[in-house]
Amino acid sequence: MKTTKWLVPTIYILFLLLPIYWLVSMSFKSTNEILGSFTLWPQNFTLENYITIFTDSTWYMGYFNSLSYVSINTILSVAVALPAAYAFSRFHFMGDKHLFFWLLTNRMAPAAVFALPFFQLYSSIGLFDTYIAVALAHTLFNIPLSVWILEGFMSGIPKQLDETAYIDGYSFTRFFIKIFIPTILAGIGVALFFAFMFSWVELLLAKTLTAVHAKPIAALMTKTASSSGYELGLLAAAGSLTIIPGAIVVYFVRNYIAKGFALGRV
Amino acid sequence: MNKTTNQKAWIFLAPVLILVAFNAFIPLMTVINYSVQETFGNNYFFWEGLTWFENILHSERFHNSLIRQLTFTFTILLIEIPLGVAIALAMPTKKGIWLSICLVTMSLPLLIPWNVVGSMWNIFSLPEIGLLGKLLNSLGFDYNYTRQIGDAWFTLILMDVWHWTSLVVLLSYAGLVAIPDAYYQAAKIDGASAWSVFRYIQLPKMKRVLTIAILLRFMDSFNIYTEPFVLTGGGPGNSTTLLSIDLVKLALGQFDLGPAAAMSLIYFLIILLASWIFYTLMMRNEEE
Repeated sequence: MKTTKWLVPTIYILFLLLPIYWLVSMSFKSTNEILGSFTLWPQNFTLENYITIFTDSTWYMGYFNSLSYVSINTILSVAVALPAAYAFSRFHFMGDKHLFFWLLTNRMAPAAVFALPFFQLYSSIGLFDTYIAVALAHTLFNIPLSVWILEGFMSGIPKQLDETAYIDGYSFTRFFIKIFIPTILAGIGVALFFAFMFSWVELLLAKTLTAVHAKPIAALMTKTASSSGYELGLLAAAGSLTIIPGAIVVYFVRNYIAKGFALGRV
Repeated sequence: MNKTTNQKAWIFLAPVLILVAFNAFIPLMTVINYSVQETFGNNYFFWEGLTWFENILHSERFHNSLIRQLTFTFTILLIEIPLGVAIALAMPTKKGIWLSICLVTMSLPLLIPWNVVGSMWNIFSLPEIGLLGKLLNSLGFDYNYTRQIGDAWFTLILMDVWHWTSLVVLLSYAGLVAIPDAYYQAAKIDGASAWSVFRYIQLPKMKRVLTIAILLRFMDSFNIYTEPFVLTGGGPGNSTTLLSIDLVKLALGQFDLGPAAAMSLIYFLIILLASWIFYTLMMRNEEE
């Protein structure tokens, strides 16, 4: 049994990589090759699809737009979640349990329910088609998630840490910034990662709230698929490029990712 | 942890409450407002009371979408949870390059934008030019997910298993590595079989993370929109039109705001009720 144990993850990983391989392989093929014949790997290797993306500003600006609203959202969500998570992990107060559940309900609201009202809300305050609109809209599910993860990590830190600091004459703000934040750095990293992840993959709201100036890259893809015929190679190249940011980020948090998915509660 | 009672804690929560309330309350009020009125454009509204709610609850279209949604959610839960646990049990326990490879590649599907996941599977499954489609057809299956309902469902479920099983794997893995070595040593001394180690040590220790996994998978699969929309567009016919797809069709396609709003609220309430049950279970586990 011991000798075949590696087989299960290996088969699973191969299954995960197959569709990704197909997408990446297609991105190096010309449209003629894709539609004309069935080939397992690119016969006439071409970089044309990638060149199109990096020279056409509507394409590469799509990446810039996505990364802009994702960054604003990630930092904002974790920054406001920090004090809230601290309060939940350290204090009892009126309605704390209900509030915690209410926060979670926002994580489970279907985006489809909010698409139209969000469009009207952000149009009426003049933020439609800006990075800020998408960044703010995504806080709806990223703040509850960050609060949950951070609360889990903070509850693992004994309260004596706070008490000792106060005895040593630290004010709350100084204690929080100088001692507490460095102690839960791993938790903050995980929260940042998850906020990044969910803002990066969500598209229904991002698409609804943007038109031209803040259009995310992944939404440009669907537009290309329908408007300019069926340029599969270009579509595949754009898709392949959206995998890279996630792959880079996950490499750095790989040792904490499992604990993060457990919302810091392991 | 013994917490102190402190009502000033609300100050710490103020920024979160302002932001979430802005994003949650105003849109929710808009939805409630629409759900009880009829509009004929030009901002003329007429009071309709609970008519829309009655219509939706009695409409066959809603029943069918709900049945499809429940079928989808329970099917993927039945596949992903046991499969995820099985893979987590076979994960390497020692730190090293093999573990890093497992963790990074398994996380990859979770980090791909949802419509790229849809496009990827669309391309992967096309009967003529996709690897999966070509393979199934050359093996003698008459596979075409754009025309045959069974094939569309097969592809949809396979896509979701591909996309989200890793979440269950990572959660179960987190639960497994938290078990102290002493437990296994004790089991060894007692001569426990692999099954009883799983049944009496690993499974109870994974209970908490598995509850989170089921909660997250339930919520997210119930809300799923982008991936099936890009993959099948809800077709062929309406055969893969899940709740969210149906809702967007009603709201943005037909612009029937009243019925769409009523449907939104019913939809939200179903998720809320189910999640509350899971949440209560989870909190009970936590207190144990």
